[in-house]
Amino acid sequence: MEIPYTVKPRPDTGLWNAKIGIWLFLASEVMLFGGLFSAYVFLRFGAVPGTWPHGLLNIPVGTLNTAILIASSVSVVFAWAALKMRNFRRYQVFMGLTILCGAIFLGIKLGYEWPAKFHHFGAYINDDALYKYEAYLGNEFLAEEGEGRRRTEITGTFPTHEDHEAWENPEAKEFRLRLDAVNAEPTNPDNYLPHIFPRPQSDKVVTIQKEDVRWGSFFVPRHSSYFAVYYTITGLHGIHVLAGLIVFGYFMLPVSKRLYERDPEHMANRIEVVGLFWHFVDLVWIFAFPIFYLF
Amino acid sequence: MATQPQTQPAPAGHEHDDHHELGFWSKYVFSTDHKMIGIQYGLTALSFLLFGFILMMMMRWQLAYPGQTMPVLGKILGSAFPNQMPGGVMTPDFYNSLGAMHGTIMIFLGIVPLSFGAFGNYVMPLQIGAPDMAFPKLNMLSYWLYFVGGVSMLASFFVPGGAAKSGWTSYPPLANISDIGPGFHPFFNGQTLWLLAMVILIFSSLLGSVNFITTVVQLRAPGLTWMRLPFFCWAQLITAYLLLLAFPPLQAAGVMQTMDRLAGTSFFNPDGLIVAGQAAAVSGGGSPLLWQHLFWFLAHPEVYVLILPAIGIVTEVITNNTRKPIWAYKAMVFSVVVLGFLSMFVWAHHMFLTGMGTKVSAFFQTTTVMVSVPSVIIITVLLISLWGGSIRFNTPMLFATAFIPMFGIGGLTGLPLAFNALDLHLHDTYYIIGHFHYIVAPGTIFAVFAGIYYWFPKMTGRTMSDKLGKVHFWGSLVCMNVIFFPMLIQGMAGVHRRWYDGGVTYEQIIAPVLHWNAVMSWGAWVLGLFQLIFIFNLVWSIRKGRKVGDNPWDSTTLEWQTPTPPPHGNFTRPIKVYRGPYEYSVPGSKKDFSPQADPEV
Repeated sequence: MEIPYTVKPRPDTGLWNAKIGIWLFLASEVMLFGGLFSAYVFLRFGAVPGTWPHGLLNIPVGTLNTAILIASSVSVVFAWAALKMRNFRRYQVFMGLTILCGAIFLGIKLGYEWPAKFHHFGAYINDDALYKYEAYLGNEFLAEEGEGRRRTEITGTFPTHEDHEAWENPEAKEFRLRLDAVNAEPTNPDNYLPHIFPRPQSDKVVTIQKEDVRWGSFFVPRHSSYFAVYYTITGLHGIHVLAGLIVFGYFMLPVSKRLYERDPEHMANRIEVVGLFWHFVDLVWIFAFPIFYLF
Repeated sequence: MATQPQTQPAPAGHEHDDHHELGFWSKYVFSTDHKMIGIQYGLTALSFLLFGFILMMMMRWQLAYPGQTMPVLGKILGSAFPNQMPGGVMTPDFYNSLGAMHGTIMIFLGIVPLSFGAFGNYVMPLQIGAPDMAFPKLNMLSYWLYFVGGVSMLASFFVPGGAAKSGWTSYPPLANISDIGPGFHPFFNGQTLWLLAMVILIFSSLLGSVNFITTVVQLRAPGLTWMRLPFFCWAQLITAYLLLLAFPPLQAAGVMQTMDRLAGTSFFNPDGLIVAGQAAAVSGGGSPLLWQHLFWFLAHPEVYVLILPAIGIVTEVITNNTRKPIWAYKAMVFSVVVLGFLSMFVWAHHMFLTGMGTKVSAFFQTTTVMVSVPSVIIITVLLISLWGGSIRFNTPMLFATAFIPMFGIGGLTGLPLAFNALDLHLHDTYYIIGHFHYIVAPGTIFAVFAGIYYWFPKMTGRTMSDKLGKVHFWGSLVCMNVIFFPMLIQGMAGVHRRWYDGGVTYEQIIAPVLHWNAVMSWGAWVLGLFQLIFIFNLVWSIRKGRKVGDNPWDSTTLEWQTPTPPPHGNFTRPIKVYRGPYEYSVPGSKKDFSPQADPEV
């Protein structure tokens, strides 16, 4: 038994089956990511005004990753075009390039961007203790400047392992943080300009009373709504990249070469379908990049 | 083609012609044949339906005779679940588990797989003259994902602390903080398994819906234009769109709730959340309303996922048994398209009581009232189609005709709920329970029964017993109303849907309606007895039912043009369609039905 229109398009619709299938699948994916992006909108607009974090991500690295992903989207089109021109060698080169770009993207994401945050710590100060830390928060300065923002969080890294243990230990009363540039000099107007390159950490260390801390966490999903959405969306996006790479990998196996020799059009169709998926994955990143890195 | 013999060679003999014989595993278990997958879906979903019904019968004991030892099952459950049923008496937690799982199982593991997965898979490709689904392997994957999702859901009964107990809606922050802490496994606990199972089930329905839409668009037989498509296929097509577009937001929400539970995020934990008298160790900043929006964005279209295939089945059965064309086919088609579209914009009418604002409420009140227009058109068309027909009251037709008033009651009791002000009183009472059960139980389930009795001869070559079927029908009809009508009365008196003792605690307020609890419970148990007749009829008829030909109901649509049961690949001759789906009693024609694939009138 043969299913009709798997390779040749049906005359009245002008489409073969998998092309409709992938577009429907992508429609569903739009709704999936739409749900997550609307959660971002909902949480960001529902947040206490002026408290949504800014400038915690590395913009140059994010930009590089964006460029890499777009490049891979271009090369997958070349791979498809090579099959249409019946040049399998050329297809293999471009498909290899696509896989390489995707792998670099994932490598930067999982090997550099995420882990860089895991040892970064943020402590939200109780409202009634904010005055004690005014030197690191600069709320008076912010009010004068009319920035419309309020700072309740002190961020930095634990200078020693003992400080981390003091934070975990319920008996300990205080711990120390090596401050980020923003908290080290909260009245420096430079803090409030957009920064392409992250500002280096200061040498200033501050002691924080644990009873003054409302909520503290490393920069992991539980830190705040911002990181919750960030990790969830980029994580789910990363899973999609990984899935795409696995499928691309399959199309580099000898089994695909055999399919190409038997029915080159069928092989080209497969690359077109997975290419559409890859463009979608790219598009999700095009939305995710500005909302997390830039805005 | 009119000389086409009615009985084709048996499928086994036929398969030798162009196929090698499939082994047991690839024929019955990992099958890619849409008919076998449809049957797998059907049997699995019927088992889940029965299981969900048993959960409900247990709950009805607690509601009618609160705090008393359960007869029959009490001893077994008391020793199997000593924490949940000590001495055969149900604990409040276990009652909550049963409630949450009854809802989840009936909807996501029972009705949807049955009306969409089973009937859609078996009948739709046959009705459009296709050899199989467009993506047979995805189809198999869809079934097995459903199976795995179902097993994970069932497994949650056996983890420490038992199954999910935050209602089938899993509203946070309650759902975020339940089943966590001492005595619970961090991953293998009721609520997390519920979320896992839901995510898997949504994957399954995604694959199914992509497959359905592609099949209807691409694999229609030559001549089968959109306006010649049987209404059942239209209903399945719109259902598939709803599954495709409405389910993923819940998947997103499921991922977020899983993050809340496993990674400690605060998607749904608001600022200042207090748990057990202490500030919860969460960052806050989340919103429980976000979950409700995402959940109901799925769960309202879900209602139409439950009802549209049912309307499709009923339409097929009614036209066939009135022996006349449907009264306004095009109106039906456009109504079902509009219904599908509008159903995506009514979700927040489930949230009038959340304080989301009067302007938002007014918007959703308006869209909700608009939805009733296409619904009423559909019901009116079905009703008028009966007019002047020479009706054959066989078992499928009895179920199909009963569907109309039952769905009518369900629909009309929904109107007061659409209005913000009235909903404030009726929200979360038994009135709601009565309302939607009228739509799903004597509505959809009756349609499913009609479908089973109607297509059984195509699946097996034998009919189910009409006598037993009629006993099953009348018993079910009476019992269903005994169960669900008192709910409307109780609800208007203010009985809340989540009271675990049936309202005894509030006896002073609801004393005049309290006695209905026992009536409804007995109705449910007797309904269970009548379903035993159905199960017996189903099993008995597979081997002993009366043998019939390829087209026992003298039907026009394409599924009756195949051999019985249809072989792998379905049709033994090329199919071409010459006319609309419901050409019964055409003036001047020799027979009272003109099959779609028949070139002569």
